[in-house]
Amino acid sequence: MATLPGPMLEVRDLRVTYRNGERAVPAVRGVSFTLDRGQTLGIAGESGSGKSTMALSLLRLLAPSAQVTGQVLFNGEDLLTGRWARLRAVRWSAASVVFQGAMSALNPVRTIGEQICEPILLHDKVGQKAARKRAAELLDSVGVLSRRLDSYPHEFSGGQRQRIMIAMALACRPDLVIADEPTTALDVMVQAQVLELLGELVRESGIGVIMISHDLSVLSHMCERLAVMYAGQIAEIGPAKQLITDPRHPYTRALGRAFPTIGDPASRLAPSGLPGDPPTPPELARLSEGKGCAFEPRCPDAAAACRTETVELWASGPEREAACLRVLEGATS
Amino acid sequence: MTPVLEVRDLMVTYPARRGAAPARAVDGVNLQVGQGEIVALVGESGCGKSSLARALVGLVKPASGQILRDGEPLGYSAAALKAFRRHTQLVLQDPGGALNPRQNVFDAVAEGPRLHGLTDGLAARVHSALTRAGLRPPEEFAGRFPHEMSGGQQQRVVIAGALALEPSVIVADEPVASLDASVRGEILKLILELRDSLGLSALVVSHDLGLAWNIADRIAVMYLGRIVETGTVEEVLLRPKHPYTKALLSVLPDSGGRPVLLAGEPPDPTSVPGGCRFHPRCPLRAVEQDALCDSRDLPVLTGDPSVSSLAACHLAEQ
Amino acid sequence: MSATTLAPAALEVPRHHAVSRFCRAYAKRPAGLVGLGLLVAFGVLALAAPLFIGDDQLNVIKVDGPQLSPPIDGYPLGTDQAGRSVLLMVIWGARESLSIGIIATVLTVILGSTVGLLAGHYQGWVGKVLMHVTDWFIALPSLPLAISLSAVLGQGAASITIAIAVTSWTATARLVRAQTIAVEARPFIERAKVLGAGNTQIMIRHVLPNVMPLILVSSTLTVASAILSEATLTFLGLGDPTSVTWGSMLQAAFGGGAVTAGAWWYLMPPGIAILIIVLGFTLVGRAVEHVLNPRMVN
Repeated sequence: MATLPGPMLEVRDLRVTYRNGERAVPAVRGVSFTLDRGQTLGIAGESGSGKSTMALSLLRLLAPSAQVTGQVLFNGEDLLTGRWARLRAVRWSAASVVFQGAMSALNPVRTIGEQICEPILLHDKVGQKAARKRAAELLDSVGVLSRRLDSYPHEFSGGQRQRIMIAMALACRPDLVIADEPTTALDVMVQAQVLELLGELVRESGIGVIMISHDLSVLSHMCERLAVMYAGQIAEIGPAKQLITDPRHPYTRALGRAFPTIGDPASRLAPSGLPGDPPTPPELARLSEGKGCAFEPRCPDAAAACRTETVELWASGPEREAACLRVLEGATS
Repeated sequence: MTPVLEVRDLMVTYPARRGAAPARAVDGVNLQVGQGEIVALVGESGCGKSSLARALVGLVKPASGQILRDGEPLGYSAAALKAFRRHTQLVLQDPGGALNPRQNVFDAVAEGPRLHGLTDGLAARVHSALTRAGLRPPEEFAGRFPHEMSGGQQQRVVIAGALALEPSVIVADEPVASLDASVRGEILKLILELRDSLGLSALVVSHDLGLAWNIADRIAVMYLGRIVETGTVEEVLLRPKHPYTKALLSVLPDSGGRPVLLAGEPPDPTSVPGGCRFHPRCPLRAVEQDALCDSRDLPVLTGDPSVSSLAACHLAEQ
Repeated sequence: MSATTLAPAALEVPRHHAVSRFCRAYAKRPAGLVGLGLLVAFGVLALAAPLFIGDDQLNVIKVDGPQLSPPIDGYPLGTDQAGRSVLLMVIWGARESLSIGIIATVLTVILGSTVGLLAGHYQGWVGKVLMHVTDWFIALPSLPLAISLSAVLGQGAASITIAIAVTSWTATARLVRAQTIAVEARPFIERAKVLGAGNTQIMIRHVLPNVMPLILVSSTLTVASAILSEATLTFLGLGDPTSVTWGSMLQAAFGGGAVTAGAWWYLMPPGIAILIIVLGFTLVGRAVEHVLNPRMVN
């Protein structure tokens, strides 16, 4: 793909609304960010925060009941308005996805060799032999023995299947990989192995990665930049290390504390959480109509203004932004 | 003092599929939970921690060994089990699945008392259990059905259902694994509060070492059906002796040091290796080449709570 | 427990919640409402029939209408060869057909659900034995069984009802067993056990309410097929010759030469009545299924 000026991926005011009969449920409510080649962006959030919907909508992978607006510029081309044929070419060859459940994302009745070869044959226009050779190399690179090319998915363990998913995602040497909770179902030890692998591949190949997870500590370890989503919007975005050590949004702070650091006396026998629950779909619909901060009902430092003022992302430091009125206070005082 | 719940030389096996050896899910475990104590049982999936939890509430009958409550061994007649369960309650991982979708909150919480014939003042009992579990005001929740609540609220209902029987110990199998990060802490806080206010003891099963740091007094690390290291949380998590505990700690994202990645996947309980069961994956043994590791079996850890830390390893400095 | 004092009534919960929710959802299904309307209409007619149909209108000896007459004034659907009004016979026939269908279904559901529930819950030898018995009954051919049953029990409604129940409970049993096994695998069964529930309590309080929707749906469809079976068996001459049912009307019409005489008014009404009632039950069954099992809709 020719190198174009500007970032590889630019998302502008992305909104996704699910239509459910009479009801409209806004899942993503205006998300903007950019990602360059070789950069890694982590997206953190709880279930219902819209993080997976947002990531899948980039490649128009959502059901037809989802209405997507905004712009997704990939190498300067808007994926949301482009033709389907063009989009199909972009999927896998230029941008690919590692899904959450490797077992359900792999076809159980076809060998993994066939499944890895499929996108190569489709997009790279090479022969069967060359495709198999590339598939074998890919398996080697993710640490699965290449002689197992003719095995079926159920013959592998969960960790190996997730490695195979990664191999498939890398099959056509994409510029962008979207990894949706790639390690969630895995054990700690296997998770560490898969993350290590993913990190190595990214460093070597200079691929842009969007990694989605509920686990802030995993993301901060893997990604340079981090976006924390709440109720369909970005609550805070910035360099990963800074977001962990010096969060500006109270929600980022709460998420960071939810998984304690072992050895930290402050968290010993003192688990930390947030009262209440993330907004339900009907509450989200109400939020989009009214004013005020979506996080206000659960916020430990909420003020009266949080209920009436509209919050948006404000600069909270170099290269970082937070959607909290307290950030503005900090800037003026 | 007699522990509230004690496990002695427990073995749980599952019959094999045709031709294969039986799976030794729990393969010799000693464990004690004292009055008002919270013990964390951690390990990877398939290590036998869930089987141990199920055996502790009498859902699985052990192949051998004993479970004792206040020093009394658990019998397996219907009446003995019922009496035992009055005092030992289970909290499951997936609160959505643990509640009958056709029962409202009141009935779900009242179920235990009704089964045990505690129907005098049932409404007050349910009210109190809901309040203690943090579902306030209880009137607002009593008529709701599981699908009308969030995961955190559902887990509180499950906990309230257990509390309604006024148990002395709760066995919680991954109580927060399916909950959102921000809700996780609230449920853990609740378990700590219940210990402080009611003197409730708990055995919390988890894959998450951070959870142990958050709420447990003591910890037991399980690998392939055995406890490989046990002791106080501070001792085990800050000064681990067993190479497996060390490896688990090293792969935590914020551990700082270099992660020790164990080769391979969690092993198979149908074919437990001889000698030290961890030896095929052990990073220490690979360096030391100690012949003892693959030949000499290790004794089962006593689980003595008065010792600050015990490790089942030939190479660990005791 | 704590000092919390509370009037016990304060936490009692209204029970009609689920029922009213069901009704509201059902009301949104037009096909279900049509089916329900058909069934209610037939039910009311059948129940009210003795108020306007007397013995002198159905007794072959006492009637005085024209014989095998096409629809004329006073006999909107014509008459049979004895001079009885076909319209009144169809209305009267609904009594027997519906009651046989419903009683046979109740027997089927009770027998099938009990066996299915027990076989699903006790998966040891009890379950194995029960499923073997079920398999034998599946292998039994229903028509010869019904014929031999009526030979033993004598012709009439009772033997037809029993024959239908005996041959159709196996399908319900298999269905309920499969669903029971699925429900028992869910974690709330484990929770109930730990709370102290025994086998009976688990089956009645936890499994049955979750299997009930399926039983309800399948029973509406069983009623439809039982009514069809009743008509078939009576048509074959296994019913009580003196009673008026849709099946016996068809049999009498056929035997009395209605086909050769071109007496369509005698053959059509019972056939259409069977069609409508089966359609009614099927529509209701489908609607109930959709309301109780919303996943099927998507």
